[in-house]
Amino acid sequence: METIWFCLVAVMIATYVLLDGFDLGAGAIHFLVAKTREQRRQVLASIGPVWDGNEVWLLAAGGALYFAFPALYASGFSGFYLPLMIVLWLLILRGIAVEFRNHLKSDVWVPLWDFVFFAASTLLAIFYGVALANVVRGVPLDGSGYFFEPLWTNFRLSDQTGILDWYTVIVGVLALLVLMMHGGLWVQYKTDGAVSKRAAKVTEFAWWGVLTMTALVTFVTFRVQPQVNENFRTWPVGYILPLLAGAGLAGVQIELRRKNQLNAFFSSCAYLLGMLTSVVFGVYPMVLPARDPSFSLTVQGAKAGAYGLRVGLFWWVIGMILATTYFVILYRSFAGKVAAQAEETVPRD
Amino acid sequence: MGSALDVHRLHFAFTVTYHYLFPQLTMGLALLLVVLKTMALRTGRDHYNRSARFWAKIFGINFALGVVTGIPMEFQFGTNWAEFSKAAGGVIGQTLGMEGLFSFFLESTFLGLFLFGEKKLGPIGHWFAAFFVFAGSWMSGYLIVATDAWMQHPTGYQLSQRGDIELSSFWGLLLNPWALWQYAHNMLGAVQTGCFVMAAVGAFYQLTNREINFGKTFIRIGVTVGVIAALLQLAPTGDMQGKMVSHYQPATLAAMEGLFETQNGAPLAILGQPDVAKRQLENPLQVPNLLSFLTYRRWNANVRGLEAFPEDQWPDRIELLYYSYHIMVGLGTLFIAIMAVSAFLLWRGKLFESRWMLWLIMLSVPLPYIANTAGWMTAELGRQPWLIYGLMRTVHGASPRVGAGSAWFSLLGFMGMYSILSMLWLFLIYREIAHGPSHETELLTQATTPVAAH
Repeated sequence: METIWFCLVAVMIATYVLLDGFDLGAGAIHFLVAKTREQRRQVLASIGPVWDGNEVWLLAAGGALYFAFPALYASGFSGFYLPLMIVLWLLILRGIAVEFRNHLKSDVWVPLWDFVFFAASTLLAIFYGVALANVVRGVPLDGSGYFFEPLWTNFRLSDQTGILDWYTVIVGVLALLVLMMHGGLWVQYKTDGAVSKRAAKVTEFAWWGVLTMTALVTFVTFRVQPQVNENFRTWPVGYILPLLAGAGLAGVQIELRRKNQLNAFFSSCAYLLGMLTSVVFGVYPMVLPARDPSFSLTVQGAKAGAYGLRVGLFWWVIGMILATTYFVILYRSFAGKVAAQAEETVPRD
Repeated sequence: MGSALDVHRLHFAFTVTYHYLFPQLTMGLALLLVVLKTMALRTGRDHYNRSARFWAKIFGINFALGVVTGIPMEFQFGTNWAEFSKAAGGVIGQTLGMEGLFSFFLESTFLGLFLFGEKKLGPIGHWFAAFFVFAGSWMSGYLIVATDAWMQHPTGYQLSQRGDIELSSFWGLLLNPWALWQYAHNMLGAVQTGCFVMAAVGAFYQLTNREINFGKTFIRIGVTVGVIAALLQLAPTGDMQGKMVSHYQPATLAAMEGLFETQNGAPLAILGQPDVAKRQLENPLQVPNLLSFLTYRRWNANVRGLEAFPEDQWPDRIELLYYSYHIMVGLGTLFIAIMAVSAFLLWRGKLFESRWMLWLIMLSVPLPYIANTAGWMTAELGRQPWLIYGLMRTVHGASPRVGAGSAWFSLLGFMGMYSILSMLWLFLIYREIAHGPSHETELLTQATTPVAAH
């Protein structure tokens, strides 16, 4: 039962990353793809009606994590206190930037929120990568089941790790590049004209970055977290997950050459899904690895009571069916491209 | 540990108090928007659709701030209250998880459709969009109140061998009798905020001699719904809530009422300042025997004062608890008076000429916010010294590794951030009110425009 919940929570987090990932990516490339105020409105409009629903996946995943693995929720959230608070502030800023930007047409109001949207999205993308890397690398848990990580120590993989070290920063950069690609593909698909064209260029650039960094991160991860190596050796069937990621990444290039932007976006989803599931597979049965492996939090150690997990499964399935229905309604009613409005001439490039 | 604990408490108190300024209006307005859309359907008049569009814009701004200030709440259970989360997450994580799945997805989807889909959905479809936004926000309210009710009066749980608190009955948690009354009482408070805001905007338009017809509609709806809510707030919901407290949290009742001595025929304190060290109420203005009657329906019933309980079971902020409760009750009584007089004048057809009454309605707009806040302070301060009543003390609930320095860092950050949000809220809401509903002629059709510009 606890393994089922481990998978369900992982699926919910992955869904959050796939969905809000393109919102954040759109924010990170905001100034690269949109040069005029009207073009920036186009970028924002491509995520406007959906970003809020996408962000709900974070809350829903958080809620599921909370009741299925309370000890993990307690240990992880209090240990990552400082970066989590910063993430919360960034989420607030990103949200109000998207919602409030179009309320006024003033020359100070609009550029200000454009910048806040860009900056908050970019930092969130990096922080998410850093957070994931912290989990993979392991945290300084001790016998009490708790830890507290400062933002940085000496940037080395010692016993007294900080949130930022060379490994987590590398993964943070990879996360930014991945979401730039992912968001670029979304913007390219959802808009037309100059914005779409420039998004294609950014995606192309980001793709090569993702390829290089993925190779590098994969290489070092097998050394940083020995459990990963062990799991893939014990169950070679797991190699299907990194293969999915590789196929997805290749698929992005192939589908773009075929001019199929939607399939390219789905390929990017496959890449993200492959990468995230590889990580989850690599650290299982740990849910929060410790620097000293004997203190790691495992699925067994962190789970909630059996009755709660069983009853949770019932409402989870019902809730998921409803949520999926809403999302189909939402994305259908928002189908089609966001056109540039004629009030400003679109420069050709 | 002492000082870190205080900062963690202040952290949660500040962020949740600020957050709840927004949902109370969201939930209240959600109901009133359904009322407006229903009237539009029944009368076929564009007047009500325009009114709904005007309030939808205010709703949208308010909703956005509710969302962004709400996210930190769920996460703070883990960040600042790790021991509590570890022990009780298996229970309260259920209601919090359900809120995400059942309420937030519903709300976020249908709010978008409600704001931008009026033309596409048609009148009936648009009514349903409004209804689902209402249903989502009220369901969210229930799941949060059920979470709090479980901390006030835990039900449906058992202790595991590890000492964790495990869920043992799903319906026991969800249909906690405490939750049912607290929910009814809380939602009426939210409805009153919505009614006062709507009526106050209407009164503002009357007094400034613009948007006259819309202003009249807003006052009419605000006062009509408001008088019902104000009465139900007192009885049965407030009364039953009080009975729950007297039955399950008798020490809390004594502290709320400023009753130090156990006595037969206990008086009800209307005014007075509690002096906890001397164990007496200074300058008391009391109604004899009334507390005994309200609590037990017998004029001479014995009511236990604080002296009947060991001091380590007393709430630790008795003065604040006493004042919160008295402010809530005092304002609630005032709301009944304001709404009843307004409703009477409305019925006699004199309200729109009674400028003094319009002034009173307009100036009352901060009061329901204060009353709702004071009500929650009564509930949460009254629960002390327990985090989960009878099961876990507040001193044992905080995160052991998060020091006072880290907690101040984030608390000050939130204070700064929320100051900016307050200014933005005031500015944007004022703009909408100044802009007025009579310009709401065009349907917002473009599902691709995030938030409509003027």
